[in-house]
Amino acid sequence: MEQHGLRNYLIGFVLAVVLSVIPFWLVATHALPPQRTLLIIGIAAVLQVLVHLRFFLHLNFTTTPKENLLALVFTALLIFIMVGGSFWIMFDLHQRMMT
Amino acid sequence: MFGKLTIEALPLYSAIAAGGAAVTVGGALLVAIVLTWLKAWKYLWTDWLTSVDHKRIGIMYIVLALIMLLRGFVDAIMMRAQQAMALNAGGYLPPEHFDQIFSSHGTIMIFFMAMPFMTGLINLIMPLQIGTRDVAFPWLNAVSLWLSAAGAALVMVSLVIGKFSTAGWTGYPPYSGIEYNPGVGVDYWIWAILISGVGSTMSGINFVVTILKRRAPGMTLMRMTPFTWTALCASVLMAFAFPAITVACGLLALDRLAGMHFFTNAHGGNMMNYANLFWIWGHPEVYILILPAFGIFSEVVATFSRKRLFGYESLVYATAAIAILSFTVWLHHFFTMGSSANVNAFFGVTTMIIAVPTGVKVFNWLLTMYRGRIDFHPSMMWSIGFIVTFVIGGMTGVLLAIPPADFLMHNTTFLVAHFHNMIIPGVLFGYLAGYMFWFPKAFGFELNRGWGLASFWCWLIGFYLAFMPLYLLGLKGMPRRMETYNDPTWQPYLMVAALGAVVVLCGIASMVIQIYVSIRDRKLTEDRTGDPFDGRTLEWSTSSPPPPYNFAVIPTVGDREPFLEAKKNGTAYRRPASYAPIRIPSNTPAGVILGGFAFVLGFAIVWHIWWLVIVSAIVMFITVIARSSDDNAEFTLSAGEVKRMEDERFRQLGSRA
Amino acid sequence: MSVVHMSEHEREEAETREQRALGFWLYLMGDAVIFALLFATYAIMIPGTAGGPTGKDLFDLNNAALETVLLLVSSTTFGFASLSVRTGNRSAVIGWLAVTFLLGAGFVFLEVREFAGMIAKGAGPDRSGFLSAFFTLVGTHGVHVTMGLLWILILSAQVALKGLTAPVASRLYRLGLFWHFLDIAWVGIFSIVYLPGLL
Repeated sequence: MEQHGLRNYLIGFVLAVVLSVIPFWLVATHALPPQRTLLIIGIAAVLQVLVHLRFFLHLNFTTTPKENLLALVFTALLIFIMVGGSFWIMFDLHQRMMT
Repeated sequence: MFGKLTIEALPLYSAIAAGGAAVTVGGALLVAIVLTWLKAWKYLWTDWLTSVDHKRIGIMYIVLALIMLLRGFVDAIMMRAQQAMALNAGGYLPPEHFDQIFSSHGTIMIFFMAMPFMTGLINLIMPLQIGTRDVAFPWLNAVSLWLSAAGAALVMVSLVIGKFSTAGWTGYPPYSGIEYNPGVGVDYWIWAILISGVGSTMSGINFVVTILKRRAPGMTLMRMTPFTWTALCASVLMAFAFPAITVACGLLALDRLAGMHFFTNAHGGNMMNYANLFWIWGHPEVYILILPAFGIFSEVVATFSRKRLFGYESLVYATAAIAILSFTVWLHHFFTMGSSANVNAFFGVTTMIIAVPTGVKVFNWLLTMYRGRIDFHPSMMWSIGFIVTFVIGGMTGVLLAIPPADFLMHNTTFLVAHFHNMIIPGVLFGYLAGYMFWFPKAFGFELNRGWGLASFWCWLIGFYLAFMPLYLLGLKGMPRRMETYNDPTWQPYLMVAALGAVVVLCGIASMVIQIYVSIRDRKLTEDRTGDPFDGRTLEWSTSSPPPPYNFAVIPTVGDREPFLEAKKNGTAYRRPASYAPIRIPSNTPAGVILGGFAFVLGFAIVWHIWWLVIVSAIVMFITVIARSSDDNAEFTLSAGEVKRMEDERFRQLGSRA
Repeated sequence: MSVVHMSEHEREEAETREQRALGFWLYLMGDAVIFALLFATYAIMIPGTAGGPTGKDLFDLNNAALETVLLLVSSTTFGFASLSVRTGNRSAVIGWLAVTFLLGAGFVFLEVREFAGMIAKGAGPDRSGFLSAFFTLVGTHGVHVTMGLLWILILSAQVALKGLTAPVASRLYRLGLFWHFLDIAWVGIFSIVYLPGLL
């Protein structure tokens, strides 16, 4: 149990380090064009959030109560609606007012 | 030492403002004197203020709501009176004062009347309906109550010390920013909302956990009562929508206190984002208020039609659909901001879609009544009045959902009439139906029917008189919130509206008389069985009022209407073979202390008394730490004690006529 | 007391723990909504520099990287503390909590230094809408971390005084959720604020 738990945290740590080093390194060296870098930053961030949820918060489909998973999915949906909606509304407005 | 607070803050600038302050202070003093005379302070403190019992917390919420209803209504009738005589500056209120009144009216009615009323009813009834002994986090529940009370107290105190906001209940910047509003009014508004908002968020979380985790054995989700379902959906919305108003008001507070530029005109501020954030909360809030009322109507209609609710599943799915859709319509509150046609069209369409599940519910209620043996109890009358009136409001809402139509009606009294047409019949009638329905459960005797009916008819007629003219005025182009006007053709309508407010006043007076008469005649309408209306669900299976532990033995549920089923099977009043000891959370002063210092904290921030801010924050912090480190916050009621209380209950049951 | 009653009592305690875990989880979800809206506000206000400094002028990649390292390692050391709770090793729990506290305090120190430097350069939160949003978003996270530090101190004291009793262990579990959640919020901050700002 203890061994398994320790391994869990270490895997999570290593993955998180990798997923942080990549975007930081790209920004430090400007190795790729900005658009590409942004895309990779975004993908690495999403992956890292998943890594944290899985290895640090121990979410999975067997032992985590389904209420908690449901709440997480619902929150993700709401954040998508609220943030996506805000962007759509505000940038649309921005375009109409400033340019 | 006292920040911005000086003797100038007293409202001696006008007789009307000073009068309002005198009534507030006098009322508080009168209550204090009566309590002292009755020697009730100790009882009040030990049995109520420090209580963590969900039923008592629920009752205190409702008392708060009814007091704030009176205050909010005084604001309303003052506005109606002003507008009725305001032709060519003919009114009695100066603009500055009129603006405070419409701002406090909206703020109070939404945050400090409707919210506590709803939270109180859920607190009082939902745990009984799901067959549990208390909510999941009893002392957090007390904290929520006292934070709401602290917010309400801040609004009340603004009558006496300083002024309230003049920026309307929505507080749009840049007008609410420090540049245009350097006084304390907007700060009172912000901190009242922020403090009570924390309480509402925690109530939401508390109810969600209670409903998901504490249902009696056998009560699957699809066996929950409609009220519990709507309470669950509303609580989810509370937990997830209130963060948005915390952000909106928090950023506005930073603009005002720290000179930031979130919503300012210059320095890169973006005031449109305030409207965006505010309504991300604001639209779900409408459904937070109305869904529980829908639940109450469902209970009341089924009980007084003596029929099972028609289309239970469709009602549940409609509720859940509304809960999610409510997060997708917020832009319809600011169509005129200048978004492109695509954006406006999208939000217009989602708004029309959300009307569909609401329409489904109307048919649920109608078909439940169809061929029922209807008992026209006041609660049932509120429900019928609601259905008829609410449909009109729904229609005008769909009208406003069409962006080009909204461009014409935006910020006119048509809009004012529309949302009052939703919220008075939809929300307030629902809560009043619940109040008259569950009153015997809370206190052990019924409310007088005659005065209840009188109240209903006055409210209903008063509502039509007060708001139908506003629809017409809106179509004629009258903007909302006008302190004076110079179009003489408007005045007759406004006089009718003022008459409506007077009729509503009669309705409120009837409610007050109803309480007096009911207490006077309480022996006649005593509820010895705990089931005065031939109820269908678990709350009616307990005594009225229920014992502190609600259920001596947690019931096992096998049906959607478990108590009706039990009465049919003859198992309803069967005594258990033995009783077990019951653990009950102990009372604690932590909640009321936290609320008290939250009030002090808000007051100190409003007046920039920084040392007091720090002191009250530290006291609150220590209170939270002390209470949450306590491992023994419960006491045990022995089996003998439980048996003694149950013996009394069955003795009462045996003696019923 | 009979065995049946004891197990009844234990069952109640287990249910209470479960309810608290869910309640705290819901609080975190609400907090996530707060952060999401602050992120949205930040992104909306990036153009609102009002002629003042932009992210490129102000942010320091090394500082952000160092903060990331501190927070990430602290998440892992908190994990070790949680593992020690399971094995019942009281001194190990306190030790790992102390390490976590130091790492978190280091993070707060770096952030305060960064803020102070920006304010000294005349790039405080009242300079522009962009900077208001920056300070509020990053500062809100910093305040959360500071609260977490206080919480670590309080629970360390409880572990020392009361031992790893069931209520204390349940509080440590929720603190863990909080601490790991803050790390997730930080991933958002460096991915949305610092890295794109320096691109």
